[in-house]
Amino acid sequence: MKPPPFEYVVATSVDHAIDLVSSDGDAKFIAGGQSLIPLLSLRFASPTLLVDISQLSELRDVRRAGDVLYVGALTRHAEILTLPIVNQDAPLLSEAAGWVAHSQVRNRGTFGGAVVHSDSAAEFPAALLATQATMVARSRHGERRIPCQEFFGSHFQTALNHGELLTGVEVPAHDDSTRWGFSEFARRKGDYAIGGAAVSARVDEQGRCTRVRAGLIAAGPGPTAAKGLDEALLNRVVDESAVSDAVARAERHLAPESNVHGTKEYRRAVVGESLRRALRMAFDLDHAGTSRRSA
Amino acid sequence: MKTRVTVNGEGYERDVEPRMLLSDFLRHELGLTGTNVGCEHGVCGSCTVLLDGEPVRSCTMLAVQCDTRRLTTVEGLACDEKMHGLQDAFSACHGLQCGFCTPGMLMTLLPIYNEARRLNDDEIREAISGNLCRCTGYQQIVEAARKALGEAADLADLSDVTSGVIGQDLTDR
Repeated sequence: MKPPPFEYVVATSVDHAIDLVSSDGDAKFIAGGQSLIPLLSLRFASPTLLVDISQLSELRDVRRAGDVLYVGALTRHAEILTLPIVNQDAPLLSEAAGWVAHSQVRNRGTFGGAVVHSDSAAEFPAALLATQATMVARSRHGERRIPCQEFFGSHFQTALNHGELLTGVEVPAHDDSTRWGFSEFARRKGDYAIGGAAVSARVDEQGRCTRVRAGLIAAGPGPTAAKGLDEALLNRVVDESAVSDAVARAERHLAPESNVHGTKEYRRAVVGESLRRALRMAFDLDHAGTSRRSA
Repeated sequence: MKTRVTVNGEGYERDVEPRMLLSDFLRHELGLTGTNVGCEHGVCGSCTVLLDGEPVRSCTMLAVQCDTRRLTTVEGLACDEKMHGLQDAFSACHGLQCGFCTPGMLMTLLPIYNEARRLNDDEIREAISGNLCRCTGYQQIVEAARKALGEAADLADLSDVTSGVIGQDLTDR
């Protein structure tokens, strides 16, 4: 349970970090290390070089920019949970952060690190799929912006190329017409979820749903966006039967994998029920079994 | 790679391989074996220490990442043979059996104690949710935490200062 040998360099700028990793096909960025160091200890990863980006203060920025909240990649989970600007402009993200691991991990783990790890059972990717966030990444070839639905792949893969660094995420800011919900089930709170869902929606003045997206947790080989919600929910005042219809449609597309914590049938049921609870929370139906954080 | 840290108020400098985990650095390089290593991949919490005052898992950090940082381990709790309030409460409430998880439990609760925050039982359980205990069933640990945190908060209320002895950062001693 000891990491294999590697070289280690503390990057002095984003360009420095990108140059170092780009020049070595087996190099990796490291920040909080809360996913990478266990992978090293378990010898699932054996990079030749780790480039530590954790001193790069330019990646720590959290600011409102027009209609979006920009969250720098080095923002720690504990900060996503408690920073007033995140609580206000991205409450779904703050809620999700409360479900990420435990305090020890939230004090070290970075938002960007959790996002690029692209774990199917992680909370942040689901929240970003729900809010339709945009990833901002930089490489030797400059900066590019990647819609989250094109970012997450299966089995820990993302759209990032080698040497490309996620610098931050633009999350559409919460306002009076947005609604959100979150629900998750795990054997021990803070452990990787057996199933969960994050919902973000907009309603018009008549209370009709004008937009709805959900990110599902542990619902497939990678972070997964729920399908079938538009047909069930769009342009109507959402009630119980609409939610049931939406869940039934979404469940048809689910392909969770069996593991020691449950069969795929069980996990599909947990994800479906989580989606139901998150939708009921978002649309202010009876939300027994869920809790809204007081911001 | 040269790594300088302050642990429990004392400065250390060691030349270590980048792959050395902080938990191994504390135990093998500094001889501070109070920090216990359980799962060694960030699940059990028994290796919890404070990094600049915040609980982190020392098995999930590289020692070189702590260069110039300030650490507090369980050895920093007792002062001249006198146990820390958290340790007293764990002793009084039988908050340990084999004791393996105890350093991690104490270090996780320490910042809350220092801030004299009064937690209810649900909040205590949430606070220690990242620390596994295979002996006690947690009940006495929750009782110990309730007793210690209650005493710290009572004292803070009494003296109306949270920056006094209780709030004092141990590592600045």
